[in-house]
Amino acid sequence: MNDTEPLVRWDWIGRHIPDITERLLDHVIMALVPVLLGLLIALPLGLASARWRGLYQPTVGVMNIVYSLPSLAVFIVLIPVTGLAERTTVIIPLTFYTLAVLVPAVVDGLESVPDHVRQSAVAMGFGPTRRLLRVDMPIAVPVVLAGLRVATVSSISLVSVGALIGRGGLGYYFIDGWQRQFYTPIIVGIVLVMVLAVLADGVLILAQRLLTPWARARRTS
Amino acid sequence: MITFEGVTKRYGDGTVAVDNLSLQVPTGAVTVFVGPSGCGKTTSLRMINRMIDPSEGRILLDDRDVRAIDPPTLRRGIGYVIQQSGLFPHRKIVDNVATVPYLLGWDKKKARARAMELLERVGLDPALAGRYPFQLSGGQQQRVGVARALAADPPVLLMDEPFSAVDPVVRASLQEELLRLQAELQKTIVFVTHDIDEAIKLGDTVAVLRVGGHLAQIADPATLLAEPADDFVAGFLGKDRGIRRLSFIPASKLRLSTGREVPGWSVALDEDDRPIGWRASGDGDGPLRPFGVFDPAQDSLRAALDAALLAPSGCAIAVDPGGRFAGVVTRETLDEALGRASGEALDPARSAAHARPAAGGDPDAGQAAG
Amino acid sequence: MNWLIEFFGTAANWSGPSGIPARLLEHVEFSAVALLLSMIIAIPLGLFIGHTGRGGVVVVVAANAARALPTLGLVVLIVLLVGVGSTWPVLAPLIALAVPPILVNTYEGIRGVERDLRDAAYGMGLRGGQVLLKVLVPVALPLILLGLRIAAIQVVATATVAAYVGLGGLGRYIIDGLATKDFPSTLGGAVLVVALALLVQLGFAVLQRAVVSPGVSRRVKSR
Repeated sequence: MNDTEPLVRWDWIGRHIPDITERLLDHVIMALVPVLLGLLIALPLGLASARWRGLYQPTVGVMNIVYSLPSLAVFIVLIPVTGLAERTTVIIPLTFYTLAVLVPAVVDGLESVPDHVRQSAVAMGFGPTRRLLRVDMPIAVPVVLAGLRVATVSSISLVSVGALIGRGGLGYYFIDGWQRQFYTPIIVGIVLVMVLAVLADGVLILAQRLLTPWARARRTS
Repeated sequence: MITFEGVTKRYGDGTVAVDNLSLQVPTGAVTVFVGPSGCGKTTSLRMINRMIDPSEGRILLDDRDVRAIDPPTLRRGIGYVIQQSGLFPHRKIVDNVATVPYLLGWDKKKARARAMELLERVGLDPALAGRYPFQLSGGQQQRVGVARALAADPPVLLMDEPFSAVDPVVRASLQEELLRLQAELQKTIVFVTHDIDEAIKLGDTVAVLRVGGHLAQIADPATLLAEPADDFVAGFLGKDRGIRRLSFIPASKLRLSTGREVPGWSVALDEDDRPIGWRASGDGDGPLRPFGVFDPAQDSLRAALDAALLAPSGCAIAVDPGGRFAGVVTRETLDEALGRASGEALDPARSAAHARPAAGGDPDAGQAAG
Repeated sequence: MNWLIEFFGTAANWSGPSGIPARLLEHVEFSAVALLLSMIIAIPLGLFIGHTGRGGVVVVVAANAARALPTLGLVVLIVLLVGVGSTWPVLAPLIALAVPPILVNTYEGIRGVERDLRDAAYGMGLRGGQVLLKVLVPVALPLILLGLRIAAIQVVATATVAAYVGLGGLGRYIIDGLATKDFPSTLGGAVLVVALALLVQLGFAVLQRAVVSPGVSRRVKSR
C-alpha cells in the first residue's frame, strides 16, 4: 500500500456526491424495508407465542438458529431463487434477522406486563382484545422498541455485506476501495453507515419518549 | 460482648444513618435493633462485621476494635443471616451450609458432616441436602441460611430481617425455632427487624431506634412495654401494651383450686384426665362449652387470662406439661394477679426470667384446641 | 440442488489444500484463534468492570459501536492499513467484532447478580477475588456463555466475509466462486458455512449443559 495515500481525499468526496447519495438511498431502503416487514410479522407472531405458550419455545428456538446464520451465506443460498445483485436477495435475509430479534422482544414485552395490572384490567371489564390493545401493548412498547433498535442498527450495518453479491448500498465503497487500494471510499462508507445507524437509533429513542410519556414522567420526577 | 462507642455513620451526601450510637450487646443473649425504615438499624448491624465502616466512634468485639481485624477473617467468625437468605444458587444445600468451614480449610468430609448435622438441627429433612436452593420454599431457605451462619460455630450471629420475607405462619415457626436453638446454643445474637412484635418475642434486650439513627430506648421487653421512654417509643410499640406486658409475667404464682367445680360450672375431663370442656353444674350430659387452658410451669399471665376469657365460667383451666388437668384459676384470683401486675414496680431480674409469651397466632401458645 | 450435488460430488473438492476438509479446518482454526484472543481480552475486562462497577460507559459504547460497525468495511480497512498478504492481520477485525459481545455479556452477567448474593458472600467472609470466582462467575455463567456464543457466531460469519481480503477457510469457495461465476462452489461454500454455524450453536448448547450448575439453570426436576 502506498504510504503517502491520505486516509481521506476530500476532493474525491466532492466529486462523488450524487453517486454517494444514490447508494445511501439504496442502503436505507434495503436496511429499513426488512425492519418494517419484520415488525409487521413479528407483532402477530409474538402475540401468538405469548398467547399460546406451546409456540414460544419452538419459535424462539428457530429464531435463534436463524440469527446464527452468517449473512453472506444466506445471501448466496438465496441467489438461485431471487437473483444476483437484486434488492430482494438482501431484503429477505435481513427480514429474518429482524424477526429473530423482534419476536422474542414482543413476547418478553408482553410478559413484562405485571400480573396485577392485567388482573385489574380484567376485573374492570376489559375484554381480551381490548385489554391487549389498551393495556398490554402500551406496557410492552419499551421492550419492543429496545428490540427494534437492535434490529435496525444491525440491519443498517449488515446491508453492506450485500456488496459481495453486487448489491450492498454503501457497501459498494468497501469493494471499490479495496480493489483500488484507496482509503477514502472505505472511510466514507464506514462513517455513513455508522451515522445512519446512530440517526435511526436516535429516531427510535425519540419515538419511545413520545409513545411512553409515563416512563419519562417517572424518570424526571 | 459487643460494644458500640459513639458510633456515627455519615455518608458522602451528608445523610446521617447512625448518630452517636453507644450501647452494649451482652454475650449469650438476643439483642434486637428495631425501628422504622431509615433508622439505621441495618447499618448498625453491618458495621459489626465491617460490611460498612463507621465514620466516627468504634465497635468492640470482646474488647477488640473490629477495625483492627481484617474483614474476611472477622466475618468468618461471625454468622450472618440476611432477608433473602442469600444462598448460592449454584451450590447444593449441603455445600451452601459448609461455605464457611470450607473457607476455614476444613476437609470436605468433615465440613459436609457438620453441614448435615446443622440441617437437622434447624429442623430440615436431611434429604434436602442434595437439592439446589431454588427447589426449596422460602421458609426452608431461611432455615438453610441460619444453618449456614452457624456452620463454623461462631460465637456471634448477625441476623438482618431474616424472617420478614416469609408468610406469618412460617415466620412464627422460624421464630420458635430460633428461640429453641438459642436456648441450646446461647449465641450472642444481634437481630434487626422493623416488626416490634418480633422484637418483643425474640429479644432479651430491645434497642428502639428512630429515623436519623438515634437510639430512643434500650431495655428488656417488659420494661419497654411498661415504661416507654417517650411518645415515639410508645407510638412504635402500638396499642395493647398493658395486655402484651402480661406475656412477661409468669403464671406460676397463680393460686390453683384443685377441684373441678366453680360456681355454676364444672370441668369435664376425658379418660386421660385431659380437659374437654365446661359443663353447666348438675347437667350431667349437657353440651360441652368452650374452654381454655394454660400451663403454669411455662406460660404467662397473659395465657392464663386468655384461657379464662374463652370460658363461659370465666375461669382458666391449668394443665400439666402432659396436658392433664391440674386445677382451676378463678376470676378473683386472676383479678388479684392483674392488680399486682399493674401496681408492681418492674423487677428486671424477674421479667428476664422470660415466661414464654403467648402472642395470638403462635401455634404453640398456651390454649389447647378446645 | 444440482449445483450442490455437483459441488459435493466432485472428488477434487475433498482433498488437497483447497479441499473441503482443509478449508473447514482453516476456518475453524482462524475462528478459534480469534475467539480465544477475544476471550483473553474481553473476559478479564468484563469481570473487572462488572465486579468493580468502574467503566460501565466503555461497555455501553463498545456494544453500540460494535453493532453499527459494518463488518466488511472494517475488514477491508484494517487489512489495507496493516498490510495485505499475511493472514494474521485479518484476525484483527475478527477480534474487534468478537470482543464487544463477550465484554458486554460478561459485564452484564456479573453486574446483574443479585445484591443480596454478593452481600451474603462478603458477609460469610469471602475475599473479593473469591466472591468473584466462587459466586459471581458461576451465577453469571449463562450470560457469559451467551456472549461467547454470539461472538463465536460473529467470528464464523466475519471469517467468511474476510475471505474477500485473502483469508482462507470456507469463505474462499464463496468469494472465488463469485469471481469465477462458479455457482456450485459458491453455493456449496454457503451451505458449509451454515452447517458450521449450526454446529457452533449446538456446541454451545452442549457446553452450557456441561458447565452451568443445575442450580442456576434450574434444570433439575423439583420433586
